[in-house]
Amino acid sequence: MAAVPERPTRPGLTRQAVTFGRGLLLPALAILTALILGALVIVLSDPDLVTLFGVDPVAALGASWDLVAAAYGALIAGSIGNPGDLVGALAAGDLDAFVAALDPISVTLQRSTPLIFAGLSVALAFRSGLFNIGAEGQLYLGALFAVFVGFSFPGLPFFIHIPLAVAAGFLGGALWGFIPGFLKARTGAHEVIVTIMLNYVAYRLIDLALKTDVFQRPGREDPISKEVVESAALPPLIPGLAAGVHWGLVIALIAAAVVSWLLFRSTKGFEFRAVGLNPQAARYAGIDTGRTVILAMAVCGGLAGLAGTSEVLGSNRRLVSGLSPGYGFDAIALALLGRSRPLGVVAAALLFGALRAGATPMQAATGIPIDLVVVVQALVIMFIAAPALVRGLYRIRAGRTTGTEVFSKGWGT
Amino acid sequence: MTAAATTVGAGSAGLRRQQLFGFVYLALAAIIAVAFGAATEPGATSSFELNAPRVAVQLPPLVVPSAPTAYALAGLCAFLGAVQLTRGFGARNAVVLGAVVLLFIAGFLVWAASTRSMNLVGVLQGTLQRATPITFAALAGVLCERAGVVNIAIEGMLLTGAFVAAVAASATGSPWIGIIAAVVVGALLAALLAVLSIRYRVDQIIAGTVINIFAIGMTSFLSARVLQRRPELNNPDRLGPIQIPLLSDIPVVGPIVFNNNVFVYAMFVLVVLIHVALFKTRWGLRVRAVGEHPKAADTVGIDVLRTRYQNVILGGMLAGVGGAFLVLGSTGRFDREMTAGRGFIGLAAMIFGGWAPVGSFFASLVFGFADSLQARLSILNVPIPSELLLMVPYVVTILVVAGLVGRARAPAADGRPYEKE
Amino acid sequence: MKLELQGITKRFPGVVANEGVDLVVEPGEIHALLGENGAGKTTLMNVLYGLYRPDEGEILLDGRSVTFHDPGDAIAAGIGMVHQHFMLVPVFTVTENVMLGAESTRGFGGLLDVADARRRIVEVSERHGLRVDPDALVEDLPVGVRQRVEIIKALYRRSDVLILDEPTAVLTPQEGEELFAIMRSLARSGTSIIFITHKLNEVLQVADRITVLRRGRVAGTTTPGTTSREQLAAMMVGRSVQLQVDKAPSEPAGTVLEIKGLVVCDDRDHVAVDGLDLTVHAGEIACIAGVQGNGQTELVEAVTGLRPVSAGTVTLDGRPITAHPRRVFEAGCAHVPEDRLEDGLVPGFTIADNLVLNSYYLAPYATGLRLERHAILQRAREQVAQYDVRTPSVFNDVANLSGGNQQKVIVAREFSRPIRLLVAAQPTRGLDVGSIEYIHRRIVEKRDEGTAVLIVSTELDEVLALADRIAVMYQGRIVAILDPAEATPERLGLLMGGARPEEGLDPEAQEIAAAAASAG
Repeated sequence: MAAVPERPTRPGLTRQAVTFGRGLLLPALAILTALILGALVIVLSDPDLVTLFGVDPVAALGASWDLVAAAYGALIAGSIGNPGDLVGALAAGDLDAFVAALDPISVTLQRSTPLIFAGLSVALAFRSGLFNIGAEGQLYLGALFAVFVGFSFPGLPFFIHIPLAVAAGFLGGALWGFIPGFLKARTGAHEVIVTIMLNYVAYRLIDLALKTDVFQRPGREDPISKEVVESAALPPLIPGLAAGVHWGLVIALIAAAVVSWLLFRSTKGFEFRAVGLNPQAARYAGIDTGRTVILAMAVCGGLAGLAGTSEVLGSNRRLVSGLSPGYGFDAIALALLGRSRPLGVVAAALLFGALRAGATPMQAATGIPIDLVVVVQALVIMFIAAPALVRGLYRIRAGRTTGTEVFSKGWGT
Repeated sequence: MTAAATTVGAGSAGLRRQQLFGFVYLALAAIIAVAFGAATEPGATSSFELNAPRVAVQLPPLVVPSAPTAYALAGLCAFLGAVQLTRGFGARNAVVLGAVVLLFIAGFLVWAASTRSMNLVGVLQGTLQRATPITFAALAGVLCERAGVVNIAIEGMLLTGAFVAAVAASATGSPWIGIIAAVVVGALLAALLAVLSIRYRVDQIIAGTVINIFAIGMTSFLSARVLQRRPELNNPDRLGPIQIPLLSDIPVVGPIVFNNNVFVYAMFVLVVLIHVALFKTRWGLRVRAVGEHPKAADTVGIDVLRTRYQNVILGGMLAGVGGAFLVLGSTGRFDREMTAGRGFIGLAAMIFGGWAPVGSFFASLVFGFADSLQARLSILNVPIPSELLLMVPYVVTILVVAGLVGRARAPAADGRPYEKE
Repeated sequence: MKLELQGITKRFPGVVANEGVDLVVEPGEIHALLGENGAGKTTLMNVLYGLYRPDEGEILLDGRSVTFHDPGDAIAAGIGMVHQHFMLVPVFTVTENVMLGAESTRGFGGLLDVADARRRIVEVSERHGLRVDPDALVEDLPVGVRQRVEIIKALYRRSDVLILDEPTAVLTPQEGEELFAIMRSLARSGTSIIFITHKLNEVLQVADRITVLRRGRVAGTTTPGTTSREQLAAMMVGRSVQLQVDKAPSEPAGTVLEIKGLVVCDDRDHVAVDGLDLTVHAGEIACIAGVQGNGQTELVEAVTGLRPVSAGTVTLDGRPITAHPRRVFEAGCAHVPEDRLEDGLVPGFTIADNLVLNSYYLAPYATGLRLERHAILQRAREQVAQYDVRTPSVFNDVANLSGGNQQKVIVAREFSRPIRLLVAAQPTRGLDVGSIEYIHRRIVEKRDEGTAVLIVSTELDEVLALADRIAVMYQGRIVAILDPAEATPERLGLLMGGARPEEGLDPEAQEIAAAAASAG
C-alpha cells in the first residue's frame, strides 16, 4: 500500500499529531458506517420487525433500537466484557472474579492472534507489490506441519518442542507461499490465481491427510488429527483462564515487530518495497526481482502458516478441516485497514478479533447469526478501499493523498 | 508485468519445451502401462455401460480386456512421445497434447473399471451438469476481462444468485421468477464492482474480494436468520430435464446432450452466441479493443468506461444465472457457501479457454469431468482418494497460468483502470 | 476544409499548457506546428481532437464554430489524428484496427463485414501509395508500416484535416522521405495537414506554413521561404542557444569497455544487436548516434547486465561483465537509464532512498541486514546540496520532483562514487535547456576524471556537442566511427540512414541527409 507516503516531510510535532489524527479518522468512520449498516441489516432481516414498520412505525423503531442495542451490547460484552466487573473485583480484592471478568478480553486476544499473523502476511505481500489471497491455504499447511511436530516426539522438553513445532508451521506456510512466488518469478503466472487455486488444493490436502493413519486420531472416522502433546502446546497467557489467550499472542507481537524491522530497517525490506513500488527500477538498480518475489512470498506464506500454527498449538490442540473460519480472507481486510503497517495490522486484528469474539455471545443472546461480523468486515474494507465513499458521506475534504494505488497489473505474463 | 516475468529466448525455449513435452508424454505412457495396465488383475475385463436409464435404444455394454487395452493405450502414448522428442508436431502441438490427455484418461478409466462396470453415460451426464455453473462463471469472466476488468467477484455473484433464486422461487412458486431475481441481483453486485473499480478506482482485486466476502457473509447471515426460521422460503420448485423428441433417442449422445434442463440448453446457446458476438460483430470488436488498448478505442470515439460498465453488468447477470442453476437446476435448495469455489474455477476455465467462450466451455467440461468422475469412483469404491481427483482442476489451472500447459494470453489492459488524461 | 483555432486556452492544475493560441490552416496546406518538448503542441492537438475541452477559445471549421465532446465528434467533423504513440491494437489485424469505431456491418446484429472494409482499405491505400497488407497483425508490422496504418485509419474516416504528432521520431530518414511524399500527395488532393515536430529541417523541407509554439503561446507564424533554421530555433527557445559544451580535448587512456561480436535479441526474440564491436577508452566520451530502434536500447541493456547476451563478449577493464546488473554495478559501471521514472527511480520512495537504490546493501549504508538510516540520510543531504536538487527535504517522495530534479537525483546517485564506466541513454530527453547544460557539464567532468563514457542519443545536437568519438549505429551494428571534427550533420544523417561510409554525397543523398540531420 503506497497510498500513504511512507515517510512524509518531517513536519513539526503538532502537525504530525494532526496527520496521525486524520489518518485515524477515516478508518474510524469506515468502521462506524459499517456498524450502522450492520444495524440496518439486523433490522431489515427480521420479518416481524419489517411487518411492524408497516403497522406502527414508532413502536417498530423502538423495537429496532432495542434489538440492535441488545445485539451490539452482547457483542461488546462478549469482546471486552464489563469494565464495572473488573473494577469491582479489583476493589474487592477478589482475584478469581477479576480473572473471570477478564475472560471476554482473553477470548478477543485469542481470536486476534491468528488474525495478526495472517494480516502481517498479506501486508508484507502488499508492500512487496504482491497479492496474497492464499493466506488461508498457507495457514492450513502451517497447521498441518505444526500439528505433525506437535503430536509426534512426545517427551521433548517444551523449550525445544515448541520452537520446533513453530518452525515447522512457518516452514509449511512458507512452502505454500514459495510456489506462487516461484511461478510468478519464473513464468509470470499471476499470484492471485495461483494462490486462490492453492487454497483449494490445501483444503483437499488437509482432508486427505486427516484420513491417513499418520494424522487421523485412532478410533475416529471423521477428519480430526491426533492431539498435540503438552510439551508442544502453547500455554495460556492468563493463569486461570485455560481456554483464552495463549502465548501465541506473544509470538504474534514479536512477529509484528520483526516484520516491521524487516520492512523498514533491513536491506531485504528495502528490496521488497523497491520491487513492490517499481520492479523495473529495482531490477535496473541490481536487485534480483525474481528472488525478491520468491522470498517475499515465502515469508508471507510462513507468517500465514504461523496463524495456523498458533491455532493448533494454542487454541485447538488439534487440526480439523474447518480450523479457520476464513482468517486468511479477513487478513486482506486487516492489511488494508492497517495500511499495510505492522502496527496498524495489530490494531486492526484486535478490532476484528473483538468482533469475532463477541459474535458468538451475540448469537447466543439475540439469535443474530455470527455471520453479521463478516458483513461488517466486508463493508469496512469497502469503505477503506474507497475512501471517497466515506468522504462523500461525511463531507470531508480530501487530504493530500495520492489516491489508490494500482496493485494488479493484469493476469497472464 | 514485472521485470521478473522476463522470459528466456523463445527459440531455445521452444526446443526445450518440445523435448520437455516429449518426456512428459513418455512418462505418462509409463504410468498408463505400470499403474493402470500392470496393476489390473490378469484376464480381468473393464466394462462400460453405455445406456442411460429408460431409453428406447439399448446398447450392449462395451467390454474390453483391462491389461491389454491399457498397454495398447500406453503404446500409442509412447509413440506420440517419441515423435514429439524427435521431430515435434509443430503447429499441431495442442491437438497432440489433447490426444495424450485423452489417452491418459482412457487408461485411467480402464483401470478404474477393471473387474467392475462403470456407467460412462452417467459420468458424462454428470460432467455436463457439473460444467454448467462453471461455464456460466467463465462466460461472466470472459465478458468482464475482454473489456479489461478483472472480476474475481464471480464467486460471490454465483452465491448470491443461488440464494436469491432459492428465496424468490420459493416465495412466488415460480422458478422463472427465481432466475430473473438472480439475474437482477447478479447485475446489482456487478454494478457495485463496476462503480468501485471504474468510478472510485478501487483496485479490482480488492473490490472483487470485498464483494466475495460480503456475499458469503450476507447469504450465510440471511440463511441462518431467515431461512432457518422460514424453511418454506428455501423450498423452490426445480426445473426438470426437458427431453428433446427424437434427438434424445440417439444412443449415448442423446441422453447426455438432449435431455437436460433449460439452464444447460441456455448455456449451449449462450456459449455460441457470445462467441460469435465477441469475434464477429461490431460490439465484440469494440469490447476487445477496450480490453486490449482502451486509449486506442477512446481515440476512435468508443466510450471505454461505458463499455466496461456494460460488460461487467452483463457478466454479473450470467453469474446470477449460474447461481440460480445451482439451486433451481441442481440441488433444489440453498446451502451456506454452496458454490464451493466454482466461481474461481470458472475464472480458471476462462484462462484455460484462452478468454474465449467456446474454449472456456471445453475447459469447463474438463473440470466438470474430473468432478463427475470423482463422484462416480467413490460410488464404485475405486481405491483412489477422491481428494486427489478434486485437486485436478486447481492444479491444472496453476499449470495453465504458469504457461506450462497451453498458452494463455490475457487482454493487454486486463485489470488496469482507464483514466482519461 | 479550413480550420481555425481562436484564443485556445487550456489549463491543468498548476500549469497553463496553452494560452490564447490562434491557428489557421487553409485547405490543402501542410502547416507545421513547431516547438520544444513541453511547448504545448500535443495539448493543443488533443483539444482539437476532442480529447481535452478547452477552458477558453473556440474551434471553427469552414467558419462555423464547433464543439467537440469526445474524439467521436472530431472524427465526425472530419478531423483525423496520428498519435505519437500509435493507437493501434497489436493483436488486431490492419483491417480490424482501421475499421474500429467505423465498422462496416451487414445483416442482423451488427455482424462485421470484413470484406467490405478490406476493399475500402485497399482502395484508400492504393490511392495514396500507402502499401500495407490488410490482413497482417499489427504487432508483426515494422514501425513505419504501423504509421501507414494510422494514416489509413484517418483517411478511411474521410478526414479533411490530418494531424500528425511527431511522426518522424520513430522513422529512418528514408521512411521520413516516404512520409513526406505521402503528405504532399494528400495535400494536393485537398487534405489539410497539421505536422507537429521539433525538428527544424523537416519543417523547412515539407511545410507550407509554420507556426511556432513556445511555452503554450504562439511565438510566431512564418513560411519556409522567409525564415531560416536559426530564426526558427530562436523562436522556439526564446533566445538563441548554441548547444555548446565547454570541454578540453579528450586525453584517452587505456581501454575500459570492450565489446566484441555482441549479439543481443529484443523482447520478441529478433536479433537487435548483430555482431557489434566497440571500444571505449578512459577519459573519452563515445557517443552512439542512430535513429531510434536500431538496437541502441538492447545494446545498453546488454552492457549494463539487464539483458542476456546471445553471443560475443563485453569486458570492463579486461574482466567480462554481463548477465547481472549488480555485478556490472560493482565492477564500477554507472548507468543513467533512458526512462527516468520507469527505470531509474522508485516513485513512492523518498529522495534519500532513491539515492541509495543500488548501494543500499553496502557499507556504510548497511551492516549485515540492517540499514543504517543515519548514513543514508547524511549522504542524501550532502548530495542534494552538491547536485542542487531542488526539494524541501530528502524525505520528499521523488515522484513529486520536476523532471530536471529527478534526473539530478539519478546523476547524483550514479556519479558520486568512483566509477570506471558511465553509460547514459538519452540523458537529457525532455529536460529544459538549463538542466541539459547542467547534465552535460557533469558528464564532461566525469570524463575529465578519467571515466570512460558511453552516451546513446538520438539527438544529433547532443551527439555533436558532447562526443569525443561518434559511433553510428544502424540495424544493430556500428557502421562508422567518426571524429566529431569531421562529422557534419549531413554526413551523420546519411550514415544513420544506412548509407555506407565510403559512399560519396550525391545530390539526392544530400537531401535525405538534410532530413536526417534535423534529428536534433
